[in-house]
Order: sequence, then structure tokens, then C-alpha cells
Amino acid sequence: MNNKQLPIDGKGFLNNPQHRAVFFQIIALIAVILCAFYFANNMFDNIEKRGITTGFSFLDNTAGFGISQTLTNYDDGTSTYFDVFIVGLLNTLLVSILGIIFASILGLLVGIGRLSNNFLISKLSLIYIETFRNIPILLQILFWYNVVLAALPSPRQSMNYLDSVFLNNRGLLIPEPIFESGSSAILISFIIAVAAVFYLTRWSRKRHDKTGEEFPLIKVSLAILILAPTLVYFIVGQPISAVYPELKGFNFRGGLAIIPELLALLFALSIYTATYIAEAVRAGIEAVPKGQKEAAKALGLKDHIILSKVVLPQALRVIIPPVINQFLNLTKNSSLATAIGYPELVTLFSGTTLNQVGQAIEIILMTMAVYLTISIVISLLLNWVNAKMAIKGR
Amino acid sequence: MKVTKLALLVGLTAAIPSLSHADTLQDVMEKDVLNCGVSTGIPGFSAADSKGVWKGIDVDMCRSVASAVLGDASKVKYIPLTAKERFTALQSGEIDLLARSSTWTATRDTSLGLNFAGVNYYDGQGFLISKKLGVTSAKELDGATFCIQAGTTSELNLTDYFKSNGMEYKAVTYDTSGQTIDGFKKGRCDAVTSDASQLYGLKLKMDDPNTVMVLPEIISKEPLGPVVRQGDDNWFNVVRWSLFAALEAEELGVTSSNAEAMMKSENPSIKRLLGTTGNAGENLGLKSDWAYQIVKQVGNYSEMFDKNVGKDSPLNIDRGLNKLWNQGGLMYAMPIR
Repeated sequence: MNNKQLPIDGKGFLNNPQHRAVFFQIIALIAVILCAFYFANNMFDNIEKRGITTGFSFLDNTAGFGISQTLTNYDDGTSTYFDVFIVGLLNTLLVSILGIIFASILGLLVGIGRLSNNFLISKLSLIYIETFRNIPILLQILFWYNVVLAALPSPRQSMNYLDSVFLNNRGLLIPEPIFESGSSAILISFIIAVAAVFYLTRWSRKRHDKTGEEFPLIKVSLAILILAPTLVYFIVGQPISAVYPELKGFNFRGGLAIIPELLALLFALSIYTATYIAEAVRAGIEAVPKGQKEAAKALGLKDHIILSKVVLPQALRVIIPPVINQFLNLTKNSSLATAIGYPELVTLFSGTTLNQVGQAIEIILMTMAVYLTISIVISLLLNWVNAKMAIKGR
Repeated sequence: MKVTKLALLVGLTAAIPSLSHADTLQDVMEKDVLNCGVSTGIPGFSAADSKGVWKGIDVDMCRSVASAVLGDASKVKYIPLTAKERFTALQSGEIDLLARSSTWTATRDTSLGLNFAGVNYYDGQGFLISKKLGVTSAKELDGATFCIQAGTTSELNLTDYFKSNGMEYKAVTYDTSGQTIDGFKKGRCDAVTSDASQLYGLKLKMDDPNTVMVLPEIISKEPLGPVVRQGDDNWFNVVRWSLFAALEAEELGVTSSNAEAMMKSENPSIKRLLGTTGNAGENLGLKSDWAYQIVKQVGNYSEMFDKNVGKDSPLNIDRGLNKLWNQGGLMYAMPIR
């Protein structure tokens, strides 16, 4: 006989649905922690048994290998593995930031082009998107690298512009600016100019709101930004000089070199990511109700004004979230550079350094932490932008 | 009820012994196959031919150990590894033996939890350049760009060499030797630097090998040898003595073609090597004919050398330092007795 009624409102701890939910969550959490603890314990146990060195003290050891592109004062004889880490990190950031800028510009143009009434522009945009979106990014990186190397001449047959810019299969060489004492005055004057332009913009907007008078803001701002630093440059006695690249022996010496690996990687990442951004832009624009555009047209606004003042501001709200993802993808995809020898974090740190030092766990953990941090920062930044752009008070 | 289950789970977690590979010899015998880490393609050392058969002096190291342990040189599973992957693969137990032209250095021997079981090839770092450059010595390479494979001792030696000679250089670092030689072919760098033996192999990969040359300078010591995990002395002994057996066989004049006849030899050294007397095999945990199987199935050291990198191979490298000790080289097997 099993007719005994279940105690629906019993007094036991677990009979309260809320308590029960919390209780099981705690159990699940404990299980996960125990599991992680077990794996970590097992790992350290085995590492110790095999006599593998652990810890982060290797970061202070001299690295002693050359790197083809360094943004810091890296010296292959004295710099440490920590310096290598920084060099790799900066190289990753460099290609990611440049890639994000180029991909955004290209993506915006192609996305708008895709919706153009011009048959040729819209079809070309379509072909571009469908082609590059559907080829794996690694293949594209290898493709552009081979194109860059095959298309460019050897150093002795460099393409040459005014004897100061050279292009060959070792990279793009440009004069390197040398900042002597007094250069800081120019920088300060530039910062002051930027601040002036900022206040001018606010002032002109206020005036426009009050009186409806237009102020030639762009022309005046440009004049301030260019004239002020130039003036200071001559006043303090031309403290910036340049070192020109010069062919000596096998290679060019002096000047700044942009290596072909960076060019190829930047090309591939920008072109690939731009296709996704273009689609996001198109989706965003199409999400703006047709009535908005028609109303703007009825008011007699020109097409480019409609796009920039009516459609895009509304479309951006739809565009930003998927584009955040693409920025993150681009940053993570930059690690594929290891295939062509661009010295970014994965190549340098979890590649060369890992092999010289052999401490896989510490090095991989550091590398993962970097990508996690970069991703979270980009995400937070753009979420903040997104929140600013969101419709307020509706 | 739940609580008891949880307690049981905690108890089990604590009770499970940590996974490790303590006895590699027994593992290999149970699996009946030797997992051997080799390169992704270094001609003469370890490279798969057009039929997918692995060949090279490092491959013969794997085959020797398989012959000694399993009695069959073909019971090897080859696992191609890049320079970066190799030590992790061995540490994690993915492979039982690493025979991938790895340089024996203090750091690797002491901090990676690995042991080098011997040297099967004495090498040194050299430079491969295009003849077009018109350079005849490494001292003239000031300012040159080099293609290197990532994670090799070559990267470090290059820095040392240029620093000590007061010269400048640029390095472009690639993941595999294939990419490295590709970069050189396309003109990304002026020279490739690597172990001299590998340069002879890479030279053959050029479209026209006559347009390039290996410079005479050798800038480093590169003793290459098989590597095993630290803390498994028995397995270490098996690998070390498999190498010694091939050297001893050359010294005693035992070859793959005369090994069978040599079983009847009255020479006590040969008898101990081939296991007709003594208990070398038993002490290693192997059969008494372990060394016989190596010589019979793979050959003695000179056979391995000549066939893969020496006079009978396209590389045609001189034995040089790799001659036996009594012929002016460094190859010296400890006596089997």
C-alpha cells in the first residue's frame, strides 16, 4: 500500500524549493572544484616525479635569440624571457589594432556598397564577401604571404620612392624619425591643439543650437591641428630629424622596416574580418525601418546626409554587438601568424620560448591569460560604447 | 543519501592513483609497438619516402630499439613532431622514445625531466647560402637576414656567433624546416642556418641544388641523440645499449649480412654481443639475442650511416667526427661484458 501522501509542505530543509536549488548548486560547485583540484594535483605530482622545473623564475633568464620585429629595445644578447613576452604581446596588439582599424573601414564601405543601387558596386561587394568569408583564414594568410614575397623584388632591386622609401621582399622601409631635445614641446602643442578643437566643437554646437548659425568647424580644426605643431617645430629649431634607410651589404640599414610577415598578416586578417563586419553593417542598415529613410527623403535631405545622420546612427545599435565579436575573433586569429613567422605572442612565447625553456604549463597559462585579458578589455570597451549608443528614455 | 554519495565521490577521487608512465619497457612490450617521435621530414635523419616508409639514421635508432625489445624492427609507430612539440610529446608520454636530431644541452638534460641516452650523430651548425651572394665565409655575413626553425639551438648559437664577432644580423623564425627552406627559396632571407647535416638535406630540396652552397664554418657543437623520460632507468639503459650495440657491431665487424654466420664465431667479444654467452640481454630485461636482432634487422652503425647520410645516400656526408674512436672519430661504445 503506497498511498501515503507526500509531505508537500514538510518542515525538512530540502523540502523548501529555494533551499533545494541552492543546495544542489553548492554540490555541483564542490564537485567541479574537487575535479579541478584533482587534475591540478595530479599534474603537479607527475611534474615533480619527472624532475621537470616549475615556477616563473625562467622569466628572468637571458633569452638569447633574435626577433625580426621588436617595438621595445630588445637586445638578443641581454634581454630576458620576460622581455620576449612583452615583445610578443606588443606585436600581437600592433597587428590586432591595425587589423581592427582596416577591417572596420573596409567592412563599413563594403557593407554599404552591398546595399547600393549601383548594380556593379553591389555585386562586386557580394562577390568579395562570399569569396573571402568562405576561405579558411589560415589559407588566406599563407596565400598573401606567398603573394607578398613573390611579388616583391630582392633588396638590391628595391622599388624606390625619392630615395627614402624602399619596398622589397625584406619589407617596406621608411625613414625613421629621431626625436631630439625640444621634441616634447611639439607633442605638448599638439595636445593643446586637440584640446582647443574639442572646446571649439562644443562651443560651435552650442552656438548652432542657439542661433542656427553654421561655423566652418572642420576647416578651422584642421588648421589648428596642423599649424600649431608646425609653428612650434620651427620655433624650437627643428628638433626632429630622420634616418634614411640605406643599402649596405646585403640589406638596408637604418630607417624603420615594416616586415612582409606583418603586411601579409594584416592584409589577410583585415580582408577576412571585413567580410563579417560588412554583413553586420548590412544587417544593421536593413534593420532601420523603411519609413525613416522615406521620411528623411520627404524632408528633402540628400542621400549621404540620410545615410550619415538618419540611417547609420540607428543602425549602429544593431551593428555593434556582432562587430565586437569580430574584433575579438581578429585578435585571436592573429595567433595564426605562427604559420608565417610573424613574431607575435604565440610564435615567440608559446613557440620559441616554450621550446627553449620547456615549461609548457606556465607558458601556456600566461599566453591564455593574455588573450583572455585582451578579449575582456575589448568586450568591456565596446559594451560601454554600446550602452552609450542605446536608445535612451524610450 | 546524497551526502553519502558525495562522500563516496570524494573518497574515490583521493584514492585514484595519479597517472604516470613508470615502466616504459613493460608498456612497450604490452602494446607490442614502440611509439617513436621523429621529425616532420629531415632527409637522412627521419623522412617518409614516396611510399610512406620512414627512413633515416634517427628512424634506424627507433628500429634498433624495436628490434631489441620486440624482436621486430617494423613494430614502430612513427609520430612526426616539430621542433617545438618534441619535448612535450615525450614528457606527456605520447611517445616512448624521441629520435629527432635533438641537441644534447645542459638545460634540456636537467630541467625538462628528460635524459639523453647517447649520441648517434655528432653535428655542428653551419650556413646555407645562395652562390649569387658571392660570399665564401660566414665572417662576411654581417647584416644578413637568416631563416631559422623556431625552438632550436640554432637560434641561440646564431646570436652568440654574431655577438662574439661584432656583427649584426636579422632572424626570421619559422615553425617547420619546410617553411624555413621555403622562405629562403622565395628570397625572404640571405641564408639558412641549421645543423650542417640538415643543410645538406635542405640543399637537395632546392629547385637547383647547384645554386646554393654550405659555408665551411661550423659555429657550434651539436651532439644529436635519442631522448627518454627521466626516472625510468631501465628504459634509459635499453635505449643507450641499443645504440652501443650498433657501434660495437661495427667495431667487431658484424654486419646485417654476416650476423647469422657470426653467431658461430669464437671471438668472445662477438659472443657476448650476440648473446651466445653472457647475460647482457637478461640484465636489460630483454631476450639474449637483442643485439643480434638489431644488427640483423637494422645493421651496424656504419651501415646505418652510409645508407642514410653517408656515401650510399644522396646526401653523401663525410663520416668525419662520426668515425669510430679507433679510426679518428668520436664514436665509442662502452664494452659489452
